[in-house]
Amino acid sequence: MHSNARPNGYGGWQLIKMADQKHLDVTLETQVESVNLAEEMCLRVAEAAGFDEDDCYRIGMSVREGVINAFHYGNQERPEKKIYLAVDLTSDKMVIHVLDEGKGFNLRDVPNPLAEENLLSTSGRGIFLMRSFMDEFDVVPGRTGGAEIIMSKKLPSADGHPANDNDKGDQNATSHQA
Amino acid sequence: MALLQATYRDAGVVTVLDLSGRITLGEGSALLRSTIRELLADQRVRILVNLGDINYIDSSGIGELVSAYTAVKNRGGELKLLNLTKKVRDLLQITKLYTVFDVHTDEVTALRSFNNTTV
Repeated sequence: MHSNARPNGYGGWQLIKMADQKHLDVTLETQVESVNLAEEMCLRVAEAAGFDEDDCYRIGMSVREGVINAFHYGNQERPEKKIYLAVDLTSDKMVIHVLDEGKGFNLRDVPNPLAEENLLSTSGRGIFLMRSFMDEFDVVPGRTGGAEIIMSKKLPSADGHPANDNDKGDQNATSHQA
Repeated sequence: MALLQATYRDAGVVTVLDLSGRITLGEGSALLRSTIRELLADQRVRILVNLGDINYIDSSGIGELVSAYTAVKNRGGELKLLNLTKKVRDLLQITKLYTVFDVHTDEVTALRSFNNTTV
């Protein structure tokens, strides 16, 4: 993983820890560029972990949406706040944490973007996409005081059949946003 | 990561907006927004958005497409989509927007589907 990391000095982010082959901690600035950077880094980890192109896309999109959520809703686009991204590769899954320094939120309060009245909303689909694209997804109070998004995807080597059913999205959205 | 590029051309009463690259948070979404504003300011209210070379859209990009659709509709016009890639089509399907947008796979058919009366 270390050899795949971008060098320091890329601008707007700081690599604070790469302790071993299976853990990555990055502190990101609250800026748009952090979204692309987080996506790129996690894509490299996912590729190295053996995920196929479709799953890499889903993981990259989910990281992207998690950081957008932290950037916009959590940190309110305030540049003095930080976004914390952590990636763990366990024996059977890739786990991604995204923390912000906002006020936190409850998943039950997130409007269902599939509801008829929300279909033409110009925002509010990020959480839905993460739930749709990842195997596990949750939001908990983070150590930073803000929200911590925790999401994971089973490694392709874990059972040979990574779950990536798009239809799952409808079920998830319905169950958590009634 | 290819940035969004946007060009447009006339096709009868319809303006075809050819997009390529990524429609994502930041410059991509902003360029789509400003292009739609420019078209509306130029009284171009029949817009066919060609997404054939769009390889990536995030939630911000989806929101911008919805915003464009609403803005054009509020002006009495029509905004339709052409040539969705698989990823974009899948995104619109799981977000249920596939049923909101009028989506076409053939430009000629898409152009014929527009209302030709004066707006």
